[in-house]
This record gives sequence, C-alpha cells and structure tokens, in this order.
Amino acid sequence: MRSALGSAVVVLVLLVVWEGLHLAVSNSGLPSPVATLVRLGVLLGDADFWRQAGETGRAFAAAVVLSTFAGIGLGILLGMNRTTGAVAQPILVNLYALPKVTLYPVVLLIFGLGISARIAFGIMHGMIPLTLFTMNAILNMKPVYRRSAAVMGLTPWQSSFYVVLPAILPEVITGARLGVSLCLLGVLIGEMFAARNGLGFVVMQAMERGDMPSVLAVALLLAVLALVVNAALLALDRAWRR
Amino acid sequence: MSVSPAEVAVVPDTAMPHARLVGVTRVFSRRGKGEDIHALGPIDLDLKRGEFFSVVGPSGCGKSTLLDVLAGLATPTSGTAEFEGRPIAGVPAGVGAVFQEDASFPWLSVTDNVAFGLRRAGVDPAEIARRVDYAIGFMGLRGFADAYPAQLSGGMRQRVCIARTLVMQPRLILLDEPFGALDAQTRLLMGDELLRMWRETGATVLLITHALDEAAMLADRVGVMSARPGVFIDIVATGWDAERDSRIVSHPRFGDLTGHLWERLRVESLKHLREG
Ligand SMILES: Nc1ncnc2c1ncn2[C@@H]1O[C@H](COP(=O)(O)OP(=O)(O)OP(=O)(O)O)[C@@H](O)[C@H]1O
Ligand SMILES: [Mg+2]
Repeated sequence: MRSALGSAVVVLVLLVVWEGLHLAVSNSGLPSPVATLVRLGVLLGDADFWRQAGETGRAFAAAVVLSTFAGIGLGILLGMNRTTGAVAQPILVNLYALPKVTLYPVVLLIFGLGISARIAFGIMHGMIPLTLFTMNAILNMKPVYRRSAAVMGLTPWQSSFYVVLPAILPEVITGARLGVSLCLLGVLIGEMFAARNGLGFVVMQAMERGDMPSVLAVALLLAVLALVVNAALLALDRAWRR
Repeated sequence: MSVSPAEVAVVPDTAMPHARLVGVTRVFSRRGKGEDIHALGPIDLDLKRGEFFSVVGPSGCGKSTLLDVLAGLATPTSGTAEFEGRPIAGVPAGVGAVFQEDASFPWLSVTDNVAFGLRRAGVDPAEIARRVDYAIGFMGLRGFADAYPAQLSGGMRQRVCIARTLVMQPRLILLDEPFGALDAQTRLLMGDELLRMWRETGATVLLITHALDEAAMLADRVGVMSARPGVFIDIVATGWDAERDSRIVSHPRFGDLTGHLWERLRVESLKHLREG
C-alpha cells in the first residue's frame, strides 16, 4: 500500500516538474503533460503500436526470465565457494560498470538483427546484478543456519532448499529489482540502435519526424511500467520479510 | 528365545559412557599462511548417561570447537569421538545442539521454527502439533507462537532455538552459551528452566558457559578448561541432588565451589588476556 503511494508521489512530482519545464522552454519542442497524455491515448488506440509494444514485451519477458534463472544459478554456483566468490566479485563489478553499448555491435554480429540480439543485450544488463546479489547473499549467510539444519538431521539438499533458499531470498529480490529494470534498458537500447520493431524503434522514428509528443508518450508508458514492476517486487519483498 | 547380538547392542549399558572423547585434538590448518592454529586438546572426556556437565574456560580456548566435535560437525584432527558406543561420523541421530549465535530462522514464525526439524523428518502432523505445542509452552513462548524472530528479544530467540532442539527429543543436548547475552538475574531463571528440562527429558546435557555461578549451580560436574589449546585442567563434581534450583546460590557450599572454579580459571584467563 505504502509503496503504491510512493509510486503515486513520484509520478505526481514528475508531472509537476515536467509542466514547469514545458512552460519554461515553451516553443522549444517539449510538449506538455496533457498533450503527451492525449498522444498516448491515440497511440494506445493504434493496432500497430500494440504490435510494437508486444515485440518489446516479448523481448523484455524473455530477457527477464532468462537472466533470472541464469543469474541466480550462476550466483549460487559462485557463492558456494569462498575462492570462486572472491575471484568473481571484482570481475562482475567491473562488467557491471562497463558501458555495454560499446559491445552491442559484437552482440549483433553473433545474434544477427532479430529479437534474439535484443534479448541477449537485455540479459547482459540484467543478469549481473542478480548474480552479484545472489552470490553475496550466499557468501554472507550466517553459517549457523546450515549448522543448525545439519544437527536437526537435514540432508545437504534439504538445507539448500529449506534453509539457504529462504535465507537468501530477500537479497535475491533486491537483485531482481535492479535486474528487471536493467533488462528493460538493455532491450530498449537494442531496439533503438538496430531494429525495425519494438518501442525503442518507435521512439527513434518519432524523433526523426520531430514528433516529440510520441517520444514522451512512449517514455511515460515505460516509466509507468517500470514503476509498477518495481512496486510489485517491493511488495513481494515486504511480504517475505514481514 | 535367543537374543541376537544386534538386540544386545540396543539395550542401554549404564556402565558405558553416553559420549566419550579420547585424545581428541583439533588443529586448523592455515595452508601455509602462518602457523596452524591448535584450537583444542588433547581432550579425554566421558559423559555419563543423564548427567548435566558444564564446561567453563577462557574465551577462545576451544569450547565451541569441542561442541562441534560432539555434534559431528567437525572431525577431530587426532583421537576418537564416540556417541552411544559408535564413532561419531557426521551428525549422530539423538544429538541436538543450540549454538552460541542466534540461529532462529527469521523467515519463519516461532511455531514454524520449532516445528522445522520435525517437518523435515516427515513426522506425523498431529504428533508435530502436540510436541511443538508442548515445547512452546515449556519454554514460555505461548504468547509468541505466531510472532517472528525479529519481534523477539535475544533471550527469547535462544528459547526458540532450545524449543526447536527439544522437540527432536535428543538424548544428548549440547548448549553453547545459550544465555550469554542475558543479564545475570534472567540467566539464573533460565537456568531453572534448563534444570526442569533436564529432569523432564532425562537427557544428557553439556552446557558451555562463561558464568561460573551458572556452571556451579546447574551441573553435576564442571570441566575447567585451560587457555588455548584447551584441555581439561580440572573436573569438579558439585554433589547437588537432581531436584536443585537457582536457590542453591545461597547454599554455603556454593561460594566454595565458585571460589574453587575461579581459582583454577584465573591463571588461564590471565594467559588469554596477555596473549590477546
Ligand atoms: N574455522 C576456524 N579456522 C581457524 N581458526 C578457528 C576456526 N574456528 C575456531 N578457530 C580458532 O580456534 C580457537 C578456539 O575457537 P572456539 O570458537 O572453539 O573457542 P571458544 O572457547 O568457543 O571461544 P568463545 O568463548 O569466544 O566462544 C580460537 O582461537 C579460534 O580463533
Ligand atoms: Mg564459543
């Protein structure tokens, strides 16, 4: 409930700042919130727009699912051992900091111009925080949890499932929150630079036409989507921690 | 009717120690990064079936390491460890442990924490409910059955861990400074709870503590350990009868007992202090 309220406040503040900017730089091409909302309404009534949104949605969903599984899996593997964890940590942090756009041509070379390149690019963005958070959650888990499980007669598999998994879940969810928004970022950048469909492509086309209301309408739509996903994951996190 | 050898082995032999350590040492290898750490031993110890044994010793002398060996969580570097006549390899069935740090699971309610081990063992749900309810009442957690560990004090969380161990009905209960974080008065009262638990379960109890009065009041025998590497420098029989409670702290012999323990421990604790 409180996170929903927080999201609402963020939206409201953004709207006010936006209106202010619109008034300050009038005629410079920054449309007002109202004009943008009107345009968004038009776009939402357009079947082609929905097709493009669906394209982005598919790539986004695939990137989220794959980077979640791969990120958590890799994080668990690396976190099981102090040495691999210590080696992987700086590598992952550096990969995370790297501007991945510079590698997009390489991705295109490998995956071609289709949707798989955008999915791969989304995964490149989203997987690292999930891996890092999962790995560190396992490395930092209180050893006494596993020891307790062992004296209560749990097998190593049982303790992995009933103790390690729930113990690391809050941090994994934090990693997922970061990962999900980065996946979206990766997919959109991919669509902007080398694609004939998707919302990123719609934005680029609108920019070429000088159609600022459409650019902002898509940005608004994506912002709302990102906030909703984030709020949902936060709610999940809260429900878990109690 | 003929008695097979297997059946003979099951009959509890009262002459046999419940747990036995012979020449047990534990050395932590630093793999070339500095000197190895000789943490414990050599330790020789016979725990009698049903006795309350307390261990005192300067901090870092290897008390928790000793518990790990008995719980099957650490293998001795040398020497042998046995529980009920069988060598300890892995966690033996019938041994329960409460550790020094808080080990309650923050994602489970008190009830689910206490039921945890039984559920994993696939015990019948009705039986689980019965045992969990009893343990929660016994440990004074009745009003907190649905609370989560984050809502409880440190002492209550340790009681959750004790309840969680009790429901497994262990025959040997290992307790590592379970009330280390509590004030002295509460600790004495919790001591009464431990005595009640011990009498009721008939289990063998090994309690590690740094409080000499706690050791002197609770135990049938108190083992005093040297500074690291910890060995037993004295084992003192207290001579209390089983029906004792915290009121024995005013018994004339109680002062002599703690005085004696402190005399043995003072030199060792100084050693620890000087070596850091
Ligand atoms: N995994 C480990 N690796 C290296 N050294 C260890 C390890 N575990 C314990 N030690 C060392 O072994 C010694 C004994 O540790 P232990 O925890 O058994 O002492 P303790 O008597 O329980 O101490 P305390 O009273 O502080 O609880 C200490 O010097 C400790 O630093
Ligand atoms: Mg200790």
